[in-house]
Amino acid sequence: MNRDQVLNALFADGWKADYLEADHFYGRARVANQEVTVIGTSEKAEVGADMALTMARVVIETIRQRPGEPIVFLLDTQGQRLRRRDELMGLNGYMAHLAKVVELARQRGHVILSVVYGEAVSGGYISTGMMADACYALADAEIKVMNLPAMSRITKIPLDHLQELAKQSPVFSPGVENYFRMGHLDAVWQGDYAAQLADSITRLQARSREEIGKDRRIERGVERGGRTAAGVVLERVLAN
Amino acid sequence: MANSFLEASARERVQAVCDAGSFQEILKPSDRISSPHMALLEQPVAFDDGVVIGRATLGGAPVLVAAQEGEFLGGAIGEVHGAKITALIAKAIKEKPSAVLLIFESGGVRLHEANAGLIAVSEIMRAVCAARAQGVQFIGLIGGAAGCFGGTGLIARCCDVLIMSEEGRLAMSGPEVIETVYGVEEFDSRDRALVWRVSGGKHRYVMGDIQALVADEVDAFRNAALAALDSGKVGFDLENLEAEHAMLTQRLEQFGDCRDAKEIWQRLGLPSAEELALMPADEFVRATDSARNVARGTR
Repeated sequence: MNRDQVLNALFADGWKADYLEADHFYGRARVANQEVTVIGTSEKAEVGADMALTMARVVIETIRQRPGEPIVFLLDTQGQRLRRRDELMGLNGYMAHLAKVVELARQRGHVILSVVYGEAVSGGYISTGMMADACYALADAEIKVMNLPAMSRITKIPLDHLQELAKQSPVFSPGVENYFRMGHLDAVWQGDYAAQLADSITRLQARSREEIGKDRRIERGVERGGRTAAGVVLERVLAN
Repeated sequence: MANSFLEASARERVQAVCDAGSFQEILKPSDRISSPHMALLEQPVAFDDGVVIGRATLGGAPVLVAAQEGEFLGGAIGEVHGAKITALIAKAIKEKPSAVLLIFESGGVRLHEANAGLIAVSEIMRAVCAARAQGVQFIGLIGGAAGCFGGTGLIARCCDVLIMSEEGRLAMSGPEVIETVYGVEEFDSRDRALVWRVSGGKHRYVMGDIQALVADEVDAFRNAALAALDSGKVGFDLENLEAEHAMLTQRLEQFGDCRDAKEIWQRLGLPSAEELALMPADEFVRATDSARNVARGTR
C-alpha cells in the first residue's frame, strides 16, 4: 500500500494534512469518535536528523496543545539516513530525542499506536514505531534489519543454510510474522483496517496508565514461542 | 597504558570504575547463559553473550551496572545480551539504586539475530526512559575500541549523563557503512582524523551530546561517574525535553550546512583542528568552554 491508500483505508471519516511532503507528513483524523494526531513517513523514507526533529516537534505540540490525544504513526521507511552530514549533526541524538518525546507522551496519557504499511527497517523504525504502546503491521508490509543475501555476505554463512534455518527460527530473517512471534507486534492486520484501528484505540484507552506503561513484549514473545531465551534471562535476573 | 579504559575488558572496566571489590555479577559465565541462535548458526558463543551485568557500589552508593564486551562480536546486541540489560533495568525500577551505569561498547544490533536485537534495543530504550521517569539516574560511559553505534548509540542518548573519552566514538551509522553505500567521497572510512571529527568525543562534547570529556584512563572515567552521581540527574519531563529540542533545533540552524567538525570549530572561533586534536581532554574542555555554550545555544 502507498500513503494515500493507507490513509483512505484507515480514516474512513477523512483526514486533514497539516504538512505533506513526499517522504513524511502529519495531520489529524477522526477515529472512534475522537480526534487523533497522525505522523507518518512514506516512499521508503530515509529518516535523517531534520525529519526526526520534525516528528519530535509534532509530538511535543500534541502534548502541549492537545493533552491526551492519541498519536498514530504510519510507517514506510528504509532506515536511517546514511550521510556524513547527518552523522556530524549527531543523528543518533535526534532519533533518541524523538523516542524520548514519544515516551513522554505515553507517560502523560497519550495512547500511541504504530502501523507499518510499507517497509520498516532498523533505525527508521526503532525511534518511531517501536516506541508505541501497540505496534501493528499490515499483512503485506515488511519489517527487517537486513535481507538474507546481505546477511550471508557479511556473516559468511551460506545463503541456502540461512534460508533453511529461517523456516524454523524467527530471529534473523525479514517478515512481519517473525516480529509477531517474537512478541513485538500486537497483531498483523488484514481486512477492515479502519475497524481494527478504532478497536485498538478504544481498548488501549480502557487500560490503566500503569498497565500501558508496562512493556510486555518479552512475556508475549515467550508465550508465542519466539523468544524463550529472553524470558529465561528476565526471570533469572529478577530472581537474583 | 595499564590504566587505559580503551584497552580494558568489560570486567576490568566495571572493577576499575566501581568501588574496589564491590562488583557482584548477576548471571556469571559459570551459569552458562549463551545465545541459542549463535549455536544454531554454528557460530562461536560467549557464556556472558558479550555483556556483564551486576551490582556494585560507586562512592559507597548502590548502583547496578552493565558493561558490553567489544571483543565478542563487537559488543553487538542479540536476544540474550539485550534481555540481560532490559532485565537489569527492570530490577533498577524495583530496587531504586542511586544510579545505573551503562558501559557501552557495541556496533549495535547483532546481524545473526537481527530481529531479536532490534526489538531488544527498543525495549532497553523504553526501559531506560521509564526508569528515569521513576527517578533512577542513568550514567553512560563510552571509550571502547568498537565505539557506540547503531541501536546502542540510541540507547546511549537516552541516558541522563554521558561520559566519553576522545578515543570513544558515538554515532548512528559507522563510516564503513556510509562509504559502502555512497562512496569514498561521501565518507572516507580510512581517514581516521575525519572519522574522529565526525563521531569522536571532542566533537560530541562541543556539540553538547555528552556532558563530560575525559582522558582515556579508567580513573578519569570513575571520577566523572562519581561527579555525575552527585549532580548529573536530569528529570525526564517536558521542560528538559523541550530544552533538548531547542538545542537540537538551533544546532541544525547554526551548523546544518557543515560536513566536518573543522567547519563547526572554525565557525565557533576555536583554534585549528590540528591544535584541538593534540590537546589533552582537560585542556580541550577549558579551551572550548564558551564556544560549547554557543554551540548548545545557551550563550
